[in-house]
Amino acid sequence: MADLHTNIESLKQACQNPRAQLDKYLAEGKKVIGCFEPYTPEELVHASGMIPLGLWGGQTDLKLVKSYLPPFACPIMQANLELGLNGTYQGLSGVIIPAICDTLRCMTQNWRFGVPDIPMIPIVYPQNRASEASTDYLISEYENVLVMLATITGQMMTEKALCRTIEIYNEHNAVMREFASLAVKHLDIITPAIRHAIMKSALFFEKSEHTAIVKEINESLNALPDYKFVGKKVILTGITGEPATFLEILAKNKLAVVGDDLAQESRQFRTDIPISGGGGLKRLALQWKNRTCCSLIHELGRPRGSLLSELCQQTQADGVINCLMKFCDPEEYDQPWLEADLKKAGYPCLTVEIDPLNTSFEQLHTRIQTFAEML
Amino acid sequence: MMSESIATIKAADSAPQVKPKRPKPKSMLMLAEQSAALFENARLAKERGEKVGWSASIFPQEIAETLGLNVLYPENHAAGIAARHQADPFLQECEGPMGYSNDLCAYAKLNLAYTSVLNNESAIELPDGGKLVKPDFLLLTNNICNQLTKWYENLARQLQIPIFFIDTCYNPWDYVTESRVRYVRAQIDELIKNLCEFTNKKWDDEHFKEVMKISQRNSFLWERANNLLDRKPAPLSGFELFNYMSSMVCNRGKTSSTAILKQLNSEIEQHIADGTSTFPVAEQFRISWDGIACWPYLSHNLRTLKKYGINMVASSYGKAWAIEYDDLDGMARAYCFASTNGDNASTMIERRLEALKRFGCEGTIYHVNRSCKVMDCQMMEVQRQLAKAAGIPFTSFDGDQADYRNYSEAQFETRIQGLVEVMQQNKEDL
Repeated sequence: MADLHTNIESLKQACQNPRAQLDKYLAEGKKVIGCFEPYTPEELVHASGMIPLGLWGGQTDLKLVKSYLPPFACPIMQANLELGLNGTYQGLSGVIIPAICDTLRCMTQNWRFGVPDIPMIPIVYPQNRASEASTDYLISEYENVLVMLATITGQMMTEKALCRTIEIYNEHNAVMREFASLAVKHLDIITPAIRHAIMKSALFFEKSEHTAIVKEINESLNALPDYKFVGKKVILTGITGEPATFLEILAKNKLAVVGDDLAQESRQFRTDIPISGGGGLKRLALQWKNRTCCSLIHELGRPRGSLLSELCQQTQADGVINCLMKFCDPEEYDQPWLEADLKKAGYPCLTVEIDPLNTSFEQLHTRIQTFAEML
Repeated sequence: MMSESIATIKAADSAPQVKPKRPKPKSMLMLAEQSAALFENARLAKERGEKVGWSASIFPQEIAETLGLNVLYPENHAAGIAARHQADPFLQECEGPMGYSNDLCAYAKLNLAYTSVLNNESAIELPDGGKLVKPDFLLLTNNICNQLTKWYENLARQLQIPIFFIDTCYNPWDYVTESRVRYVRAQIDELIKNLCEFTNKKWDDEHFKEVMKISQRNSFLWERANNLLDRKPAPLSGFELFNYMSSMVCNRGKTSSTAILKQLNSEIEQHIADGTSTFPVAEQFRISWDGIACWPYLSHNLRTLKKYGINMVASSYGKAWAIEYDDLDGMARAYCFASTNGDNASTMIERRLEALKRFGCEGTIYHVNRSCKVMDCQMMEVQRQLAKAAGIPFTSFDGDQADYRNYSEAQFETRIQGLVEVMQQNKEDL
């Protein structure tokens, strides 16, 4: 068993250099499929014997993408397309793109024409989940994805493989949730940046490998005495809490992250695939029905505010930082409601604009400092 | 998507130079009556205690029509406010006290602020006296965009009213997959049942068939009117067709639209027979307009184009409402494929290429509409492929369907000038 520091370091490395992870899997003779954010049926890739690798952009100079996207498009999509166009993603056998927002609709087409040597596999999740027919429709979308994956592997996925994959993904979810609750007791070690790295790194590993590493981290944390943190505690909500500098600013201001509702982090792990209810594809479709409190999924009542209040209560957080992704209209529609609901529940909320491509942080620093003082 | 006449907007814009106004054609007078009746009937229904709805603009209007429900269209209404230059207080309210980002769709921002007045949460003066009466239910489709879903979710929570939703699903393929048709058809069936229960109305299949026939007739007449602009020179100033869109958006299943569109067709035919045109100067260039009208600057757009004799004879936008089908399955398929915003780039390019050829276009103007990411985020690739396939030049300009702050007159003029130079050169090279 590797020690805590070594395990954390290996996950940090994966986040800092996902390309190395891609090369590692290619060197092992595996095929790798890029998965656009925030939801793709990774399980189908895994059950087809390939590695799903999350594509969440990264800090890069935008050059080629300017011929495809206007400046007011989502920075994650800008970076993903730039990296596709400039060859950084070479080696991927395909990408899966969910047309889940207006920009992602267009990304399916930009990728198709801009990066023709890496095949694009689209998926359109149903939004009217109250309709019974949405389950069968989603299964048919999964089947389309499977057919396209089979053209890459030359083999059809088996039901047995999918059932095993579902067990692996559910176990991973449980381990990640356990990590999230243990992290709160060890805020000296699990700083905002380290918490983020452990969460995000799941995107760059075959899931059972990641489970094994995080299990060891959990064991190590369990063996340590609880740490009494003296600063203030916050919950993060939004798409991502990146770049790392943002998280370092939190730490500098003695703010600990004790929970999150980030699409890149806990939203990935909080909904299990049902263990019964049909075959693998049907159960995957039922998981989609059970997802909740995500700006990208149609749901009545704007429930995120309530979820965040509950999370604050459970983790004894002092407030919430809404990490509002730049130019992300689904999140922008949620913003006034979740702010108002949190205010009503007595939890302060600071909304900051998140731009993973940003390199200037002075203003952000001042705003967080003021928020920390206010808390 | 508006009922105001362009002549009215022009008059308001160019106040110092008083010009004799061209008398409004009969079809425009009929249109104004229809539009007034839509709002008035909704007001009266509300007074009687009946339930009134708001609807997304490419929702199957025929369903509400069959049930005899009064339904209003926030997108159409927002376009009207923007075109009359009355958007500012709404945009300020939405981005200020209401706390919304200025990145959002200006139709949505305008309507969310308008709604806050109807809901007694804001004191902005309503320039139209509140003719968009407060809704009791919402009819939603996402064939135009996903922002509509989010916008309507917020309305539903703000007003505590239900949404009746048809998720049409984006089409990454070149056709509507059968699984989509089945999913959408099932939603239509569920929606009819739920809407009947909510409004205490009864579905009548025979009446639906009649409405469907009317709707099909209107789609035919609308498409026909659009197609008559293929004559050279065109018998109409193409922007004028935008005026008639309210007939298709809000009244697609009504016989009043049939009368208006028949009248419009006969007026266009008369122009063809007389060799006249409503385009006020000699037609030098024929172009296609890509994207929603830039409502706050329609008069500036028109003036600039007129200066060079550019007539907009084809638009990708208006024809989205020429929806053809003959049963409920067909309706499901048609509404999935109606808006090019919901279709992949190949379909978009194919439809535009067909129009460019049919109407003999010599160039395309792309409106980079700051409100509409789904239009803008694949436009550059579409431009490249279309220009190559059609062999004609294009230009683009920054604008907005309703936010007057996202436009520069100088940029528009320079871009048009550049396009004219290339189109002129192409003419000389022939």
